[in-house]
Amino acid sequence: MAPLAPRSGDAVFANVERVNAELFTLTYGAIVRQLLTDLEEVDEVNKQLDLMGYNIGIRLVDEFLAKSNVSRCVNFKETAEVIAKVGFKMFLGVTASVTNWDVDGTSCSLILEDNPLVDFVELPDTCQGLYYCNILSGVIRGALEMVSMKTEVTWLRDMLRGDDAYELRLKLLKQVPEEYPYKDDE
Amino acid sequence: PLSKGKQEVSLSAFALLFSELVQYNQTQVDNIAELERRLEDAGYAVGARVLELLCHRDKGNRRETRLLGILSFVHSTVWKVLFGKVADSLEKGTEHEDEYMISEKELLVNRFISVPKDMGTFNCGAFAAGIVKGVLDGAGFPAVVTAHFVPVEGQLRPRTTILIKFAEEVKSF
Repeated sequence: MAPLAPRSGDAVFANVERVNAELFTLTYGAIVRQLLTDLEEVDEVNKQLDLMGYNIGIRLVDEFLAKSNVSRCVNFKETAEVIAKVGFKMFLGVTASVTNWDVDGTSCSLILEDNPLVDFVELPDTCQGLYYCNILSGVIRGALEMVSMKTEVTWLRDMLRGDDAYELRLKLLKQVPEEYPYKDDE
Repeated sequence: PLSKGKQEVSLSAFALLFSELVQYNQTQVDNIAELERRLEDAGYAVGARVLELLCHRDKGNRRETRLLGILSFVHSTVWKVLFGKVADSLEKGTEHEDEYMISEKELLVNRFISVPKDMGTFNCGAFAAGIVKGVLDGAGFPAVVTAHFVPVEGQLRPRTTILIKFAEEVKSF
């Protein structure tokens, strides 16, 4: 059977079951608030959010591959585009743009104009070191790791901190060569 | 200005996030009651905000002052906004005057959850119970709200009933 053509983010999003974004936003807010109460240090909260995102990413990538018909990306540039245009759309209903490539094509920025995680959110003075959306960077890192790419994802700009956009820096550290699965009985 | 609130995200995004909420809280507790209490707390934070949000957006800044009014607000408006549908039923308890029940055949937060045998009566609906409690408290009707599984004949999965027991002072309304 010939491989199916990759589907656009819009097409996939239109066909998945959806929920009100406010339920999602407020639930995320409740999680962040619990973490702040439990862990006290904002750095610890950043770490925990990243870890939760990572856990989500390694599970989410399966659904992503199954529903988008995206197969292997030819290079990191295509990978970034697919995340921005298909991945973000499919799960969060928004798209990001990809810019600021370095000369080797191994790092770039994802710019989010619309970010469903931050509705109704203001960072109080006591939380200035908090990367409120840190779960997103974890998701991307976890998902890419499942397709053999080790990446580093960091926040460059954050509107909650007074910047004019959300900017995630995506850096490819290395491509892990694919290994055949070992036999179970060995 | 307040957005219309028609935006959506995928159900999977919510389900994965909710599952992280449950798993994280599991690491913070050593018994089921405590886990349910923490999920209820998280839900409470959502409920308190949903009340404010919906009163601003849908009700011209008015909020319900009648018991039946607030209950139907929870069962219809809140449920519709959060879970995309009106709750299956709202009933008054037959044994106690101050008890009401909201039942749902397949509660959204329980949809992808299977409770392991060793976790007994644990119910992720505690999160939804917290939402209900958050709304009721915020509106001035303090109540104890708990979630329970109720087996349904001929159905594989039990339905979830959210039991609302109003505080003493509410009865005089």
